[in-house]
Order: sequence, then structure tokens, then C-alpha cells
Amino acid sequence: MKHIVKIFSLVVAITALWIGLLQSSVIPRSHTWLLPVYFVVSLGCYGLLMVGVGLMNFPTCPQEALLLQKDIVEAKEYLKQRGVDVSSS
Amino acid sequence: MDGLNKNQANKYSIIVPTYNERLNIGLIVYLIFKHLKDVDFEVIVVDDGSPDGTQDIVIQLQKVYGEDRILLRPRPKKLGLGTAYIHGMKHASGNFVVIMDADLSHHPKYLPRFISKQMETRADIVTGTRYVKGGGVHGWNLMRKLTSRGANVLAQTFLWPGVSDLTGSFRLYRKSVLEDIISCCVSKGYVFQMEMIVRASRKGYHIEEVPITFVDRVFGSSKLGGSEIVEYLKGLAYLLVTT
Repeated sequence: MKHIVKIFSLVVAITALWIGLLQSSVIPRSHTWLLPVYFVVSLGCYGLLMVGVGLMNFPTCPQEALLLQKDIVEAKEYLKQRGVDVSSS
Repeated sequence: MDGLNKNQANKYSIIVPTYNERLNIGLIVYLIFKHLKDVDFEVIVVDDGSPDGTQDIVIQLQKVYGEDRILLRPRPKKLGLGTAYIHGMKHASGNFVVIMDADLSHHPKYLPRFISKQMETRADIVTGTRYVKGGGVHGWNLMRKLTSRGANVLAQTFLWPGVSDLTGSFRLYRKSVLEDIISCCVSKGYVFQMEMIVRASRKGYHIEEVPITFVDRVFGSSKLGGSEIVEYLKGLAYLLVTT
């Protein structure tokens, strides 16, 4: 099944639930009409929260740059000794 | 032991597409050989007619490491990443294919981890992820991190891809699996990498992840202007509808 079909089915299910809530009066009508708005807004807020949290915890590795420099020096030495041109131009 | 013998029959074809990587190609070959000492592998350099003499360096490397270990399979000009992989695979004699960048942002020291992860889990694809604990990125400013994180959240929310790093291109594939997916991917650039992993996920292939560190060698290059963002959103929409 294509992914878009899954998403569509989910939307249909949620919409059916919303219509069901409208028909019955479990929640006062005024609130029920606004549910889709609440839903989209919370989804947006959740997304922003995830971006913020992810940004705060973004894994960095400054030591890797240093290790890489060491590896480059080691590699250049080895290759130079064996006749490989290690100039960059 | 039966398992051990089977594993020793594995051969890894490491495809490295290059364009103007005259210095880096030597470094990366050295590091690959350093970190894969007891592994049966070959390095396939797919050079797109580099004007800086990358191919001359590869020929020198062949004298050091052997023409059976380093294969130079060039192309006349820049013809795109997807076709570079296909071209490389035509000459690959391994049953597993590794794809990686030549600019040392992908460090060969992770190759043993990719291999052992695959052997432990019998996965079809092992993909490197920069975004989990144990992985990481160096050389990105705040803006770059923000767009990366935003792009990731969007992709996770809408695509449910099953992997944490969609645009990464440091991956180990079972050769038959790569052949299968690559034939149905049509995107270019990093969207291509996304399409590959999403299609693989949709097809039910077993995908595992290994944390990797990524050192961006091109410091300060903010390759993410407005047009890149638009391209990304278009790619996302395309994947949403067609996978």
C-alpha cells in the first residue's frame, strides 16, 4: 500500500471521529467545531518542540576533526614514502 | 564453525564516486586499507573525468595496493550520483556494496562497524546516522543545524521512514538489494539518497543503523539557500505520493 494511502486513511478515520463527535453531543458543539484547529495547532507546536529539542541535543563531535587531521598526516606520510603524489594541486 | 565460514565468503565492493578529489582519494584509500585489514574487499573509484588528475593518483595507488584491490572505472564527465553507483556495481565482484563520499566526511574507521552490524543482524542495509547518540556532526553552524533538524522532523512526521538520517550517503547494501532499489529511484542529489532508503523501507528490507561522525570539510559553506529548501520540499512531496 502506498504511504499516501495510509495517511489518507488516517485522515479519514480522524474526520469520521470528528463527525461522530459532532453528531452526538458528548462535547459541547462550539468546542467540537474547533477540534480540527486545535489538532493542527498542536501538531505544529509539537513539530516546533521537536525541532527545538533536537537542536539543543544536536550531537557534535569536535574531537573528530582533530582525529581526522592526525589521520591525514599519517596517510600522507605513508603514501609519500610509496611514491604517491600527495600534493593538492 | 559454519557461521564463521559463511562470513569469510563475504566480499565488500566499496564504491567511491569522485570529482576533483586528487588528494582525498589517496587518503581515503589508505584509511580503508588501514581499517579493513582482514576483510575481503575492493575499492571501485568512479571518477567523472576530473580535470585535477584524480585518475592519475588512482593509478599510482594501484601500484601500491594492487589493481585487483583498486578498480578505476571512470566516466567521461559528471553524470550524476545514481548512475555512478550503477556504473560501479557493474564492476563489483562483491556480494555487498558500500557507498561513501570521497571527501573524508565519511570516515573509513566505521566500515568494520557496518560490517559487524550486518553480520549480527543479517540486515539488508546498514546506514550510517549522524543524528543519534554516538554519532555527530562537526563543522555546521546553527543555521545549518536548524535546517537539518527541521527537515528531519518534517520527513519523520510525513514519511515515517524508519531511519533517523534520511539524507546520509554512507551505507552498506546487500548487492542484490541495491540493484533492486536503484532501478526504481529517479531523484537527484540528496533527495536520491532519501528516495533510496524510503523505497527500501517500503519494500520491507531489513535496515539497521550505525552512529557515525561526519566532519564537514567544506567549512562555512551554507549550501542551503531558498532554492535548496524548495527542492527538499518538492522531494518530500514526491516521496510522500509515490512511495
